[in-house]
Amino acid sequence: MNKTIIRLASMIGWMACAGPVFPDPALIYDLGQKYDKSFNESAFNGAERWRTETGGSFREVQLQSEAQREQAIRRAAEAGDSPVVMVGFSFGTALATVAPDYPDTRFVIIDMVVEMDNVRSVVFKEHEGSYLVGLIAGMTTESGVIGFVGGMDVPLIRRFACGYVQGAKAARENITVIQNMTGTDPSAWSDPVKGAELALAQIGAGADVVYHAAGATGIGVLKTAADSGILGIGVDLNQNHLYPGSVLTSMIKRVDLAVETAFADGAQLETGIFPLGLAEDGIGYALDEHNAALIGAGARAAAETARKQIISGEIAVHDYIQSDSCPVQ
Amino acid sequence: MDYTTLLQLLDSTLRLATPLVFACLAGLYAERSGIFDIGLEGKMLISAFFAAGTAAGTGSVWIGMAAGIAASSSLALLHGVASITFRGNQLVSGIAINFLASGATALIGQNWFRLGGQTPLLDRDSRFSQIELPFADAVSSIPVIGPFYIETLSGHSILVYCALVAVPTTWWLLYRTRFGLRLRAVGENPEAVDVGGISVAFLRYRAMLICGLLCGMGGAYLSTGLAGGFIRDMTAGKGFIALAALIFAKWQPVPALYTCLLFGFLEAASIRFQNLEIAGIAIPVQLMQVLPYILTVILLAGFMGRAVPPRAGGTPYVKER
Repeated sequence: MNKTIIRLASMIGWMACAGPVFPDPALIYDLGQKYDKSFNESAFNGAERWRTETGGSFREVQLQSEAQREQAIRRAAEAGDSPVVMVGFSFGTALATVAPDYPDTRFVIIDMVVEMDNVRSVVFKEHEGSYLVGLIAGMTTESGVIGFVGGMDVPLIRRFACGYVQGAKAARENITVIQNMTGTDPSAWSDPVKGAELALAQIGAGADVVYHAAGATGIGVLKTAADSGILGIGVDLNQNHLYPGSVLTSMIKRVDLAVETAFADGAQLETGIFPLGLAEDGIGYALDEHNAALIGAGARAAAETARKQIISGEIAVHDYIQSDSCPVQ
Repeated sequence: MDYTTLLQLLDSTLRLATPLVFACLAGLYAERSGIFDIGLEGKMLISAFFAAGTAAGTGSVWIGMAAGIAASSSLALLHGVASITFRGNQLVSGIAINFLASGATALIGQNWFRLGGQTPLLDRDSRFSQIELPFADAVSSIPVIGPFYIETLSGHSILVYCALVAVPTTWWLLYRTRFGLRLRAVGENPEAVDVGGISVAFLRYRAMLICGLLCGMGGAYLSTGLAGGFIRDMTAGKGFIALAALIFAKWQPVPALYTCLLFGFLEAASIRFQNLEIAGIAIPVQLMQVLPYILTVILLAGFMGRAVPPRAGGTPYVKER
């Protein structure tokens, strides 16, 4: 924080002497749309917070199609924006192509590792947070069957699923976890109707808690859970308020924090790989007035203990991406 | 696959087929009257938006649906003005309507709600809720039929039943009323209708209004029945699949229901059976997803025989002087 303040002070100082103009940062959203109540919206929240705190301005880009990724990064870099922050693993290939062309621009990619000198890769340990919500789900379910609805079928989302199953099995050895993915292309992030159908299928198979990691598709999952009288689990942002009383908890992934930090670090930010997990408070689960009555005291205590144990290393949550497989199903 | 799974699959089929049934019947009225309408998609989309947007604002799903129908009908009339009164190219007008709807919903949505073109999430009162059909308890003890009634037929929103009722109504209207006879005639041979002293334009406008009404109901069902709000381009090609179903059904209402149910079934199956194994061979999910399209091509090309559109379709009627 101190660093930020010093940097800000120097920035204001520079502006006052009308010195060289500092480049504005840019934020490029993924295809799931800016207001998905989830991943992209979290990024936007972080950028907004930076804006209100510093009075700065930033450029934002919303993609219309897959083909625009490279073009969007290039345009932002050409316009002199730095850092250029993009949220979503799908930018990986495009960034690897563009980044070498603009050595003076700093790029930040969230959810993907691109190893280049001018790129900061922020990755989250979603398996840790998913483990905790899986643990809570396992202790809350009455039927012994819980569900998972993923967005696009990629290793990143399998990582959510794998952590979730591990947590659930830790709570209840013989639990059944039904796993579904919405699709295999990026439209899977914004198809609430399909999300609702998948949730209904899982409810039909006996699931009474359903966790989603599917962006805007997940809104359909949570809606169906609320309508069918079972519990949903939100993702990325705190989604407990969307259907109060029907969302058990949310696995919080602080994309906002990553964006805000990147913006605050400014045009000369440190590059490299920045993993954020429970220990860094980059990952967590939501507890507020909307779900206080839903999570039992036992589940709450167990989740808190598990959180400490994961941070201290006593519990090692398997990361799907490390081995491309999950030890539990 | 056990019986319960099958029932759930059919349950899902009914839900997913409903917007197709509405759009397909809408297209049927338009095309039977001699107006090609590839703007079904756009009309559904604009209705989906206004239904969800108005429902979010007023808290009433019925006012929402009325607004959706009004929006969809005005686009239908626009198509009518372009292609009946001004004798424009019907395909061009239809494409224009699709673009107009896609752009207008995003623009108005952003202006009203500032949510990137979406509407806010709808609460329970501003959505169509599921209704339980009567006698569900009474039939529950009957084997086979009882579970079918409860699991599959009961527990949908009212618009699903509207769609199912709209099919026989359309059949009756088309084949058993004077209006239906004239409607079919004006699509085949407008000169004859004109000679009979009936206004071709008025008939076609009425057909377009019915088309707007049905598209409106389909769109409203999408955003306030199936989903809990509007998101951009949420029709996702359903209007075009409905057109394919219409050709498939040879412009007849009852076969239209069957083809829509078939498409709905395939969609439901691709959602539910992601890792389907038949005789030990895993079928990739991508194959399940493209199945409706492949099937359309195969059946249209090989098994359906010739699908002959209404003869006067696509050509504006010019009264001889």
